[in-house]
Amino acid sequence: MSDTVSPEQKTQTNTTTYLLGHLRDYGLLFALIAIMLFFQVVTDGVLLKPVNITNLFLQNSYIIIMALGMLIVIVGGHIDLSVGSVMGFVGAFAAVMIVNLDVPVAITIPVCLVVGGLIGAAQGYWVAYWNIPSFIVTLAGMLVFRGLSLWLLEGQSVGPFPKSFQLLSTGFVPDIFGVDRPNVTALAVGVIAACAIVYLGMRKRARNMAYGIEDEPFSFFVVRNAIVAGALLFVIYKLSTFRGLPNVLVTMGLLTIVYAFVTEQTTIGRRVYALGGNVKAAKLSGIPTERLTFLTFVNMGVLAALAGLIFAARLNTATPKAGFAVELDVIAAVFIGGASMSGGVGKIVGAVIGAFIMGVMNNGMSIMGIGIDYQQVIKGLVLLAAVIFDVYNKQKQR
Amino acid sequence: MQTLLEMRDITKTFPGVKALDNVNLKVKEGEIHALVGENGAGKSTLMKVLSGVYPQGTYDGEIHYDGQVARFNGISDSENLGIIIIHQELALVPLLSIAENLFIGNECASKGVMNWPETYRRTEALLKKVGLREQPATPVDSLGVGKQQLVEIAKALSKDVRLLILDEPTAALSESDSQALLDLLLELKAEGVTSIIISHKLNEVRRVADTITVIRDGSTVSTLDAATEEITEDRIVRDMVGRDMSQRYPERERRAGDMLMEVENWNVWHPEHATRQMIKDINFHVRAGEVVGIAGLMGAGRTELAMSIFGRSYGQNTTGTVKLKGQPIDTSTVAAAIRSGLAYVTEDRKELGLVLEDTIQRNITLANLRDVSRSGVINEAEETKVAERYRKAMNIRTPSVFQKVMNLSGGNQQKVVLSKWLFAGPEVLILDEPTRGIDVGAKFEIYGIINELSAQGKGVVMISSEMPELLGMSDRIYVMNEGRFVGELDASDASQERIMSFIVTH
Ligand SMILES: Nc1ncnc2c1ncn2[C@@H]1O[C@H](COP(=O)(O)OP(=O)(O)OP(=O)(O)O)[C@@H](O)[C@H]1O
Ligand SMILES: [Mg+2]
Repeated sequence: MSDTVSPEQKTQTNTTTYLLGHLRDYGLLFALIAIMLFFQVVTDGVLLKPVNITNLFLQNSYIIIMALGMLIVIVGGHIDLSVGSVMGFVGAFAAVMIVNLDVPVAITIPVCLVVGGLIGAAQGYWVAYWNIPSFIVTLAGMLVFRGLSLWLLEGQSVGPFPKSFQLLSTGFVPDIFGVDRPNVTALAVGVIAACAIVYLGMRKRARNMAYGIEDEPFSFFVVRNAIVAGALLFVIYKLSTFRGLPNVLVTMGLLTIVYAFVTEQTTIGRRVYALGGNVKAAKLSGIPTERLTFLTFVNMGVLAALAGLIFAARLNTATPKAGFAVELDVIAAVFIGGASMSGGVGKIVGAVIGAFIMGVMNNGMSIMGIGIDYQQVIKGLVLLAAVIFDVYNKQKQR
Repeated sequence: MQTLLEMRDITKTFPGVKALDNVNLKVKEGEIHALVGENGAGKSTLMKVLSGVYPQGTYDGEIHYDGQVARFNGISDSENLGIIIIHQELALVPLLSIAENLFIGNECASKGVMNWPETYRRTEALLKKVGLREQPATPVDSLGVGKQQLVEIAKALSKDVRLLILDEPTAALSESDSQALLDLLLELKAEGVTSIIISHKLNEVRRVADTITVIRDGSTVSTLDAATEEITEDRIVRDMVGRDMSQRYPERERRAGDMLMEVENWNVWHPEHATRQMIKDINFHVRAGEVVGIAGLMGAGRTELAMSIFGRSYGQNTTGTVKLKGQPIDTSTVAAAIRSGLAYVTEDRKELGLVLEDTIQRNITLANLRDVSRSGVINEAEETKVAERYRKAMNIRTPSVFQKVMNLSGGNQQKVVLSKWLFAGPEVLILDEPTRGIDVGAKFEIYGIINELSAQGKGVVMISSEMPELLGMSDRIYVMNEGRFVGELDASDASQERIMSFIVTH
């Protein structure tokens, strides 16, 4: 072995090996962009119309929110199949509270989140402290909560909800500058976010340079950031010409930032990765592996509850079918985003992009009028392709 | 003798690392050829190239085997020519029986239906050949490592082996198991099997090898022929590390200070069989600055003792007290034990010590995230500094601390585990086989670190199956057998014989 590499070898490493080594990271982003461009063309520009972009967010928010929790569960080495049912159940629970029992919205929402947490705890308990495989526990949960929603709703749809509850999903952030079209608040948020992304990127790069470990060529860095910031500004601009920032987008954005921070920068996040990577080693390093596993499920439950509220608010009714098969979309999003089935690997941002890829495909194919039958086939194939790509990549790196 | 294998100018690079740089290796038919070199020198990589684990095209250079240019696209290609490799990590399926493991992928079956009588008959023949007295139906996970190693060899024999490659076969074996294995190699040699053996145990290498090739930093340094010259261990070491090493154990001023740790009336029962007592009424102590060795055979219960003390990680119904500086401490969970000042370096680094998918940096800080974070937020710059510090101090060979631990050589992985526990800042460090699979130079470094800890007034408990190491490093040695301490010796009057006599008479 020699760790001194000659200069000309070094430049070569920079471009080719770097791209090879990070194919997955770039690939995901470019896949999303390519898919969007594709649908933009085949739908004659409908995909990126302001109203459709707004719809995209409204339609996919609940999947993205659950993908955040699912990523953590999967990184921890488990899986949660019950999220679709839990989401439906909590929506039904909220409907019964608000519509049938006249409980105020301000009380219902926190109660529902707590219920979600308790459901997560009930399942996590068996997984964490009894070592029962999560696949089985949550498969049971999936059946139980599907049944309980039916029972709660007595097989009927319950609605409509009061306006204040609907705002959770269909509301928009008002323009504090009063211009409204374009929505200046949205634009301001967009510009600040874009600057923040570039700034944080530069800061990280500077730090890595100081340690001599930055291997991303400068040109790549510039192009990547230009694309990300540009895309962000573009989307925000489109939104601002319609009705501004949807409330769910704000919720989603904030949650994504918080979860990305927690998973990447905090001790608890670090411990979840270690737990998923090697439970025994984590345990012998003093990490309370059981409690941590338990908490990942509680967290998942709370997020599933939030997703359930948002979903019910958007449809303005709770139906017994709400959340049916949604767990599959959520899990697919996480795997498309690069998480590994065996745990320990995966990123929040990846899961969010994975969810967007699924969402754009759903939306684009619906606009094109492709039947639900073909949609399922295509989504399935995309998931398979993404995972094959992952495995192929890993083998090539050896 | 004619040349069976010649590897010419083999070069293999991984992203950022040149693992092999124009390596040449020539192996004669019917000999035992030893491959030695420091951790990360490229020994395992070279053997993976040879056996087709890294297929042709992923490296440069040529392999000539039996007079032909060999091009392997996978392991099965090399196996067809009789080249069988037994990897550093054993590759048996734990829940399957010996017979099933022997013929996995190569089953005696007609039209897909297993022929069990034939399988068992052939298994028995093979087991007899390797000198393993076990039933063919015994599940592999109920065997010790030594016997598992023999099963691996039997498996190789079942495939008509011509060239047998063993990557550190004796690293995890006890003295007597190692002897048996080496004898078997000599027997196979008499039957015409050529073998390549990688080992850090130079006395073994000297005993069996006809030719020794030394690799350093990815290149061949020398090839020594036992038939034409007298090869001393010092000579091998000099080629390996590139300088003379007159001493194997660094000097240390021995002084035992105040009482540091006391373990009293320690009893532990088997985690599954509540009636089986594994640790029986053990009492021992460690003084500040003392290095205490625990000797014993495999299965004496040394690891079980250590793990039960370290946060009750082994066994059930554990009773007894652990005191630190006279005060009883809480060791009921691993986290509590660490907080109280204990650290335990496991003997099984892959299974229990490391998160292989994670980077060196993340592994080093895992047991002590508190020191690189503030209110739960990790300071990555600080973390990198810590990791860099240990990379230098421990001489971990890697292009950067952001390398995945998975990609390190075995010995360098061990240094990462050690770094992790040193960073946890313990009062008492329990080391379980700390130098397993580690080269002579690195061993010396690790001994130096142990001495440094003792100079700082820390206590060190060292479990080791290598007697010379125990005798060379410890101030005091406890002898353990069948769950009990059966003797205690001061370093000054300890010897291999005396330790063994304690074991035999109890
Ligand atoms: N898959 C990989 N990716 C990157 N680097 C690797 C990979 N495999 C091995 N290396 C590097 O190649 C070098 C040689 O490793 P190798 O495992 O061959 O060493 P070794 O001589 O067998 O050492 P040991 O005695 O510790 O087992 C090491 O520096 C190691 O870090
Ligand atoms: Mg090796």
